[in-house]
Amino acid sequence: MSMFRSSRFWSWIVLSLGILYFALPLIGTFEFSLRMKRGEYSFEAYRVILSDPRFQATFMYSVLMALLTIVMGVLLVVPTAYWVRLKLPRWRPVIEFITLLPLIIPAIVIVFGYIRMYNTSSIVPLTGTAFGTDILMVAGYTVLALPYMYRAVDTGLRTLDITTLTEAAESLGAGKITILAKIILPNVLVAILSGAFLTFAIVIGEFVFAALLNRPAFGPFMQLIGANRAYEPAALAVIAFSITWLCMGLMQLVTRLQKHTQVKQFR
Amino acid sequence: MAFLEISNLQKDYAGNRVVENFNLAVEQGEFVSFLGPSGCGKTTVLRMVAGFETPSSGMICIDGKDVVDLKPNQRNIGMVFQAYALFPNMTVAQNLAFGLKVAGKPKAEIDATVKEMLALIKLEELGQRYPFQLSGGQQQRVALARALAVKPKLLLLDEPLSALDAKIRVSLREEIRAIQRKLQITTIFVTHDQEEALSMSDRIVVMHKGKADQLGTPFEIYNQPKTRFVASFVGTINVLEGQVLDAQTGRFSLNGAELNLGRSLGNFKAGDSIALALRPEAASLGSTLGKSAQLTGMVQDVNFLGSVIRVRVKIGESSLSLDAFNQPSVAPPKAGDTVIVSFAPEELLLLAN
Repeated sequence: MSMFRSSRFWSWIVLSLGILYFALPLIGTFEFSLRMKRGEYSFEAYRVILSDPRFQATFMYSVLMALLTIVMGVLLVVPTAYWVRLKLPRWRPVIEFITLLPLIIPAIVIVFGYIRMYNTSSIVPLTGTAFGTDILMVAGYTVLALPYMYRAVDTGLRTLDITTLTEAAESLGAGKITILAKIILPNVLVAILSGAFLTFAIVIGEFVFAALLNRPAFGPFMQLIGANRAYEPAALAVIAFSITWLCMGLMQLVTRLQKHTQVKQFR
Repeated sequence: MAFLEISNLQKDYAGNRVVENFNLAVEQGEFVSFLGPSGCGKTTVLRMVAGFETPSSGMICIDGKDVVDLKPNQRNIGMVFQAYALFPNMTVAQNLAFGLKVAGKPKAEIDATVKEMLALIKLEELGQRYPFQLSGGQQQRVALARALAVKPKLLLLDEPLSALDAKIRVSLREEIRAIQRKLQITTIFVTHDQEEALSMSDRIVVMHKGKADQLGTPFEIYNQPKTRFVASFVGTINVLEGQVLDAQTGRFSLNGAELNLGRSLGNFKAGDSIALALRPEAASLGSTLGKSAQLTGMVQDVNFLGSVIRVRVKIGESSLSLDAFNQPSVAPPKAGDTVIVSFAPEELLLLAN
């Protein structure tokens, strides 16, 4: 009995330390962000940031980049993961390894590679125009998000009997595109949304690509504010964290709302 | 030409021949079962007909058209799978409508067909349910209706009852057969369950090691098995080893007793060993009128199966099982008892090796 009590005591200690470790800096940052006006707590730093036209412009730019990355990621990852599971199951470890590479190779290496490959004196001079550079940004972000998107979609596909569902649909006259759009995609929607929210969270605060390709994204803006102001960076950090948490919360919500996935709760 | 004609079909996997020289002609409206143990090639043949596997050689003609080069979605074949394969994101009605939507049918026709199919499987009330809200039996009925909704030329059933419990299996097999008879749809049914095959089929193909061992009606397959494998796989059978005395008149010896098959022993000659099969229900305990062959043996064990009692008797070096009807007033024999087993020699089946 005493052993049980003692182990519970230590569990609480460890949990409290963990909470302190993660929460204290956040609480400190939040508290600091409220002290812009002397002698009182206020949301002045937030007002200043949110009304800054550069915030709106860079934030909207990053949101657009994130959405395009998600679309690109879905178009690339869903058919690939589906095809690998259906026709090339032996290649799954290889594909998994490839999708993990962005976690090993630093973003700065990728972006220097891009600059070298697509500079203005290359065959495909994408960095020569803003539009071309945006294409590079989306392509780069898609690569950065690949480990999360692929894993999420592949896990979603694992819960389905892909082969039999595909054969059933084929015997009913459906082609591969119809099968992907009408059967596979809706059934891995929750997984796709999980991947999408993770992608959104990564892209919205990304710095290296945007800074080195010189695009007006939210990441470099945060860095600029951080280097020149006192209270606003703290407010920005809290905003950025809130966006990430919102994404995570939405992931949970979508999982619960999905009608036909209730089967997992039933069994 | 038959409605479904399969000629010289072969399939090799990495140097292994899994289907060898398979031939079959199925008439329109016929219900044919492929029966055999796991790995005998029955599902491979079915999947080649469906288009999910490409034959190494051979021809598959449906309604006079060679379909080997057609993709599965161009063959107009309905297929039902063991794992139901209902689309989890769609309701029952949406599942039934899927094939019709793909074919670009007008909405009014789709609605009417869905209604008709729900009535056919007696699930009119469950159109708006999702697959996870249905029992296994209901899911398989929906899968059957979905396959039939597109009015396929051929219906393929790949062990559709295997995942269901025994009681549902019996009721669903009757339902499937009734629907097949009503729609007169040509059907191929793959199963490893002999009872299913015997009770549902017009004809059965017994498959063994990639080959069709025997093709015949359930009556023929059960009562006149051509090979030792068919005899042992379909039902319970006793295989007895005898020696030919006179091939012309059908005389042979069995455990020292001289018997007469009553017909010629074909190509065998005197002194040859022969394998003879006898169903347990063809033998009885004690002397029985009309069963001239009588052998004495010792009861090895007795299994009480309710209406039937299965007794295993050791006769010489052979062991013979026989079925006796349960009679409440008569106690069954006990292990160790000496008994007489009688049967009509004409009921012995001569097996090809």
